[in-house]
Amino acid sequence: MTGPFRTEIGGRIDRTRRIDFRFDGRLYSGHPGDNLASALLSHGVHLLGRSFKYHRPRGVLGAGSEEPNALVRVGSYESRATPNLRATQVEIHDLLVAESQNRYPSLSFDVGAINDVLSPLFPAGFYYKTFMWPAWGWRRLYEPIIRRMAGLGRAPTAPDADIYAQRYVHCDVLVVGAGPAGLAAARAAAQGGARVLLCDEQSEFGGSLLSEPDTTEAGRNRLAWRAATLATLAASDNVTLLTRSTAFGVFADNFVALVERVTDHLANPEPALPRERLWQVRARQVVLATGAIERPMVFAGNDRPGVMLAGAARTYLHRYGVRTGRRIVLATSADSAYGVAMDLHRAGLTIAAIADVRNEASGPLAAAARAAGLPLRTSTHIAATHGRLRIRGATLARNGTGAREKVACDLLLMSGGYTPTVHLYSQARGTLRFDESLGAFLPGGDTGILQVAGACRGIFATDVAIADGAEAGTVAAARTDPGGAPQPVRTISVPDSGALLAREAPCDRRAFVDFQNDVTTKDLRLAVREGFVSVEHVKRYTTAGMATDQGKTSNINALALVANERRMDMAAVGLTTFRMPYTPVTFGTLAGAARGNLFDPIRQTPIHAWAEDRGAVFEDVGMWKRARYFPAARETMAQAVARECRAVRTGAGLFDASTLGKIEVVGPDAAIFLERMYVNNFRKLAVGRARYGLMLGEDGFVLDDGVIGRLAPDRFHVTTTTGGAPRVLAMMEDYLQTEWPDLRVWLTSTTEEWAVVSIQGPRARDIIAPFVIGIDLAPQAFPHMAVAEGTILGVNLRIFRVSFTGECGFEINVPADYGSDVWHAIMQQGTVFGLTPYGTEAMHVLRAEKGYIIVGQESDGTATPDDLGLGWAIGRGKSDFVGKRSLARAAMRDPSRKQLVGLLTSNGETVLQEGAQIVTAANGNASIGHVTSAYFSTTLGRSMALAMISGGKARMGEKLLAPMLDRTHEVTVAPAMFYDPKGERLYG
Amino acid sequence: MQRFSALALARNALSGQTGWQRQWRSPDPAKRYNAIIIGGGGHGLATAFHLARDHGMRNIAVLEKSWIGGGNTGRNTTIIRSNYLFNASSSLYDHAVKLWENLSQTLNYNVMFSQRGVLMLAHNVHDEQVFKRHVHANRLNGVDNEWLTAAQAKAFCPPLRIDAGMRYPVLGAALQRRAGVARHDAVAWGYARAADALGVDIVENCAATSIVRDRQGAVEAVETTRGRIATAKIGVVAAGNTSVIMGMAGLRMPLESFPLQALVSEPVKPVLPCIVMSNTIHAYISQSDKGELVIGAGTDAYISYSQRGALHVSTHTLEAICELFPQFRRMRMLRNWGGIVDVTPDRSPIIAKTSVPGLYVNCGWGTGGFKATPGSGHLFAWTMAKDEPHPINAPFTLERFRDGFLIDEAAAAAVSH
Repeated sequence: MTGPFRTEIGGRIDRTRRIDFRFDGRLYSGHPGDNLASALLSHGVHLLGRSFKYHRPRGVLGAGSEEPNALVRVGSYESRATPNLRATQVEIHDLLVAESQNRYPSLSFDVGAINDVLSPLFPAGFYYKTFMWPAWGWRRLYEPIIRRMAGLGRAPTAPDADIYAQRYVHCDVLVVGAGPAGLAAARAAAQGGARVLLCDEQSEFGGSLLSEPDTTEAGRNRLAWRAATLATLAASDNVTLLTRSTAFGVFADNFVALVERVTDHLANPEPALPRERLWQVRARQVVLATGAIERPMVFAGNDRPGVMLAGAARTYLHRYGVRTGRRIVLATSADSAYGVAMDLHRAGLTIAAIADVRNEASGPLAAAARAAGLPLRTSTHIAATHGRLRIRGATLARNGTGAREKVACDLLLMSGGYTPTVHLYSQARGTLRFDESLGAFLPGGDTGILQVAGACRGIFATDVAIADGAEAGTVAAARTDPGGAPQPVRTISVPDSGALLAREAPCDRRAFVDFQNDVTTKDLRLAVREGFVSVEHVKRYTTAGMATDQGKTSNINALALVANERRMDMAAVGLTTFRMPYTPVTFGTLAGAARGNLFDPIRQTPIHAWAEDRGAVFEDVGMWKRARYFPAARETMAQAVARECRAVRTGAGLFDASTLGKIEVVGPDAAIFLERMYVNNFRKLAVGRARYGLMLGEDGFVLDDGVIGRLAPDRFHVTTTTGGAPRVLAMMEDYLQTEWPDLRVWLTSTTEEWAVVSIQGPRARDIIAPFVIGIDLAPQAFPHMAVAEGTILGVNLRIFRVSFTGECGFEINVPADYGSDVWHAIMQQGTVFGLTPYGTEAMHVLRAEKGYIIVGQESDGTATPDDLGLGWAIGRGKSDFVGKRSLARAAMRDPSRKQLVGLLTSNGETVLQEGAQIVTAANGNASIGHVTSAYFSTTLGRSMALAMISGGKARMGEKLLAPMLDRTHEVTVAPAMFYDPKGERLYG
Repeated sequence: MQRFSALALARNALSGQTGWQRQWRSPDPAKRYNAIIIGGGGHGLATAFHLARDHGMRNIAVLEKSWIGGGNTGRNTTIIRSNYLFNASSSLYDHAVKLWENLSQTLNYNVMFSQRGVLMLAHNVHDEQVFKRHVHANRLNGVDNEWLTAAQAKAFCPPLRIDAGMRYPVLGAALQRRAGVARHDAVAWGYARAADALGVDIVENCAATSIVRDRQGAVEAVETTRGRIATAKIGVVAAGNTSVIMGMAGLRMPLESFPLQALVSEPVKPVLPCIVMSNTIHAYISQSDKGELVIGAGTDAYISYSQRGALHVSTHTLEAICELFPQFRRMRMLRNWGGIVDVTPDRSPIIAKTSVPGLYVNCGWGTGGFKATPGSGHLFAWTMAKDEPHPINAPFTLERFRDGFLIDEAAAAAVSH
C-alpha cells in the first residue's frame, strides 16, 4: 500500500513493486528508488530524530548527504548494524530495519528533552564553567552523566560480518559529481580522448536533473538530455561510471579517495561482494562538479519537524513522488524559492504564504509566482513556529513593524540561497574568495590540475552549468594531451544572484543554526561576547559545524551571524578549514581486507611446515613466525628448553636461522663501504673469512649486528638481526645514495633467497661433514669465522663457521627452495647423534650463557659498543665510520654509564624478571640499571641474568638488589660470561 | 575575572546568559614587555600564567601568529600519562599529571581531566620485556603503572579483543590508572583567561618576523607583523615552527617537523571506558565526552610543514583499530586532520636556556606534548624567571645533543630484535 502523501504519477520510483521495511518497530512500505526518508515522508512521517544536546524532536531537513537531523541506526543484527546513518541516504530494501536514536524511551516521548527545558542553564560552553566542585566530581559524578546524555547512536557490539575491498586506479580525468555539469564534463572529456572516471554519491546519476521539473529554462528536457548523455558515456570504452561513490578526500597531486557503497542498498547481496570499496585514484586532471547545498533560514523555531529546505521538498516531489505536506509556508531570502513554490503549486499543494525577508522580490521566478496569485509577502520574516512533534503553523512578521500574522501550515520550507560545495576544492588547497552577490565562498580558480564546474562555482542555471561542464571537460582532456591542439580555455563566468546572507530575525526565542548540535544564534552571540571571535574559536566553543554533517547546512549561516555580530565582512571573518572526509567513511572501508592473518603479511621460513608438524610453539618476531620451542609430549616450555639446551651442549642442535636479514654487498668499493657502515675493519678481512659486524647510528649507539663474510674481493654476504633487516638496508642505501654516491657498490636484499640451517654442538661437524662437498670442514682448514662456498646434497651452499651458542657451529645457507630438503636430510643423519631441533628460547639461553647480546634486548638504542663489552670490535686506526664522532662525546665516556654485566641471584632457583630494576642496598629507590635477560640455565644448574648496570664493570662481586612488587631479590654482579670463558669449545 | 560556577551559570540564566564578559582581552601589543612568549598554544599560555602567578612577573605578552590553541593544542588526541621509562622523563611528565589533577580548580575552568587509565598493549615477547621494565622503573619512581595479563586487560577494557586469532595477539598490557584525557581547547582557553586576569597581554594574529639582538648578542626586541616590541626575555614555544623562530636568532635547532594525523568517528553512546595504545601495531584510541572515538597513530614518514598527511597513514591506523576492536569496523571516520610536530633526535623535549642571553626555548615535544602542558609551563616559567632550569627540567637541555646525555624514550620503547 502506498503512502497517503505519494503523488499519483511521476518520480523515479518503481510503483509496480512494493518494499516493506520497519522503522522503530512499525511496518511501512515504499518502492524501489525510495530512500528511508522519502518512504517515511510518503506516510506523513516527519519526526525522525532527536537533536544531540537538547533532544529536540527533529524531522527531515534535506534530501541528501547534507541532512543533519534524520539520523537512524540501520540493521537488525549487531554484526550488521550501523549507527548515525542519514535517512536521506539509506536506500530501502525488503527486510530493512531502522530505528531512531538518542531518545528514551521513545522518539515521541524522550525524557532527555528535559535538557530543552533547562536550556537557559546550558548555553554554549556551559561545561567549561561548572562541574568543578568537588574536584573528584568530574570523573565520578558529572562526566558519566554527560557521557550517557551525549553520543548519538549506539555503536555495534558484535564484530562486523561484512568484508571491504580496495582498488587503486589511474585515470586522465576524474569528474566528481554527475549532475548536469559533471555529466557534460565527463562526456566532453571522453570525447577528447581522455580515460574518464565519473563518480557520484547518489544511487543514480543526474543530480539536480532528477529533482527539477521536466524542462529547463532553455526548453531542454532534463531527463532526455540525461539519458542521452549517459548512453554516450556508457557506450564509451574509455569511461568508468561509479554511482553510490563519494569522493571524500583530495590529497596532494590529484590523489583522490572515493568510497563506493556496494551492497547496503540490496536486500540479499551476494556473500562474496564487499559492502564498500575504497577507490584510491590518481588523476591527471580533476573536474569538481559537486553542486551546491541549500542554506536554511535562521528564525525562531526553525527546527520543528515539518520545517524543511525548499529544494528538498522539490526533490521529494519530482524524484520520489512524495508531497512533503499539504499546506505550505515558504520562508526565503533567495529567488530560487519561487521556482520551488511554483512547482509545488502546480503539484496541487497549497502555498499558504511566502515570506521573503528581502525588501523586494524581483526576477522572473518571483514574477511568475505573483502572476499565479501565490500569497507573496516581502519584508517579512518568520517570528515563530508552532507545534511540537510536527509544525502546525507559523507567525509571520513584517520587518521593522509589529505587524504579525499567524498562518496555519503543516510544512514550512526555507531557502536561504545556495552554498557551493567547495569542500574538495578546499582540500586540494585551492583558495576561496567570497562573492558578495552570491553570498557564498567560491573557488578562486583553476589550479592547473583541478577545475570546478557548475553550481560548485556559482553557476546554478542548468543550461549554463551544462555548457560550463562541457568546457571544463574539454579543457581537462586537452591538458592530458600536451602535444595536442591549442589549449582550449573556459569562457563562462559566474552570474550574479540576489541571495541575502542569513541575518538573525529579531526574536526572543531560539533560532537554530547548527541543527544537530543545537547551536543557536544566542550561542554564537555568547561566543563572540566572551571573546571567541576567530571562526575557529567560534566553531570550537559553540560546536557549530562539528556535528556529523560537518556544518554543510550551518557553517555559512554561522559565519554570517558572527560577521554581523562583529560588524565585519564575511571575507574578513574567513572560513574554518575543510577537512576530509566530505561525508563520514566506514572504518572497515579504510582498513580494507587487512584483518586477522591479512592484517600484516606473515613471513614463514622454508622450515616452517616441518616445525609446525613437529608441534613447535611459535612467537611473532616482526612479521616472522619463529619456532620458540619444540615441546615433546606433555613438556612445559621450561622442560623443552632445558632439553634443547642440553642437546646443544652435549651433542648437537639444529636451529632455523632463516629469518636473519641478509644483504649481498657487491662492487669494487664494497669493502670500503662496509668499513664506513660498520665499526669493524673490513678492508683487511681475507676472502673466505667472516667477521662479527657492529653497526651504530649516527648517535654512536648500537643499531644492529651480524656476521659478515667475504666471498670474493668485491662480494660480501652480510647478515643482520631478524627485525633490523629493512632498517639496515634502508640506512645503507641512504648513505650510499646521499653521502657516498661515488662508491661503486650495489646492495641486494637476499633475506628470502637463502634458507639458513644452523647446526650447533660438539657433534655438529660429524653430522654435516658427509653432505658437504668441496669444503674441508676440519678445524684447521675451516676454523671459527671461516666462510666458504660449495655444495650440499647437490645444491649451492654458503657455509659459515659461526656460533651463537658457544659451541662449534655451522650456518648452512642454501637456496630457500631447498631449505626444507636440506633440513630433513640433516635431521635424519643426525638422529644417531641425538640431533635435536631447538627454538629461539633455547637459542636465547645458550647465547646468554656466553654473554652474547641481542640487539634490542641488551641494547635499547642507548648503548655504545663499550657499554655492551664490544669495544674490541671497533677497528683500530679507522679514520671514520658511522657514529664514530658521537663516540667521542662527553656522555659516552661517563664512568656511570650502564654496562653489560652478569647477575647471579643468591637463590639459584630464582629467575629474575626481565625488566626488573636493580638498586643498591644503600638506596633502595634509585635504579642503577635493569635486567635485560634472565633464564634458568640447565648447563649451569642455576639461574643467570644479564643486566645493564651503571658502572657495572667496576662492580664485580658487588651485592645488589632487585626489588619486585612482592619481595626483593639479592643478586651478585658477575662477568657477562657464564660458560666456557676461554672459548675452548668454540674453537674446537 | 568573572568566577565560573554552577551558581554563576544559574544567575546568568535569568539574563539569558548575556552577562558574561570576554574570557581574555584582545589588546594591541605594547611597545615593551618584560617578557614575551612566542607561541600561544597551551605550553606558551601556561608559561605566561606561571610567570605571572608564581614569579610575580608583570608586563608579559604572549604572541600568537593566528588564534590561540590552534596548533597542536587543538589538534592532539589529549592523552595524558606519565609512564615513561627514564627517571628524567617520568619526573617531568608526572610533575604535569600532578598539576593536571587540580587544573580545573587552579584555572577555575573545567578542563575535563578524566583519569580513565591507559592500557599499553604488549603483542610479543619483546613488548612484554619493555613494558615490564617500564612498570618496575615507574614503581621505583613513584609513578603508578602495573602489568596486566591479557584477561585482566580485557576486564579493564571489555570491548578489547584478546583472542588468539589475532595476527598479533594481546599478551598483556601495562596499565597506568592515573592516565587520562582532557578537553584540549579548554586548556588553552583556561590558561588564557587565567593569565589575562593576571595582566598578561594575549596578542593574537601577531606573528614574529625577526628577533633583534643587541651588541652583546642578547635579546633586545621582536619584530612582528604588528610592529616592533622591545623585550629582554623571549621564550619560544612554537612547536612545529620552533626551528623557524629560533633561526631568527641565528640558532639552528636539532628538530625535524613531521605531520601527525588524528581522526575521530561519529559520536556514539559510551562504549570504550579507557585509553588503549598499541605501539607495535601503531594505533591509539579513546572516546571523548561527546562520544567520538578519538584515534591517532605515528607521524607521516616525510618532514613537512603542511598540516596535512597522506591517506595511507589513516588506513594503516584504522587497520590496527579494527583488528583490536572488530565491532568498531562499521563506525565511520567523521573528521581527519594533521598537526606539525617537532621531533628531537632522542624524542624528548628541550626546556632550556640557550646560548643567546635572554632567549629560552621550549620545544621538541614531538607527538606527546599536550600531556605535559601544565608542567611544561610551570618549568619553563621557572627557567625564564630565574635564568636557570628547575631541577626537573635540568636534564632537558639543548646541549645534550652535543654532549650525548640523551633521554631516549623512543629507543627505549621499541627497537630491533
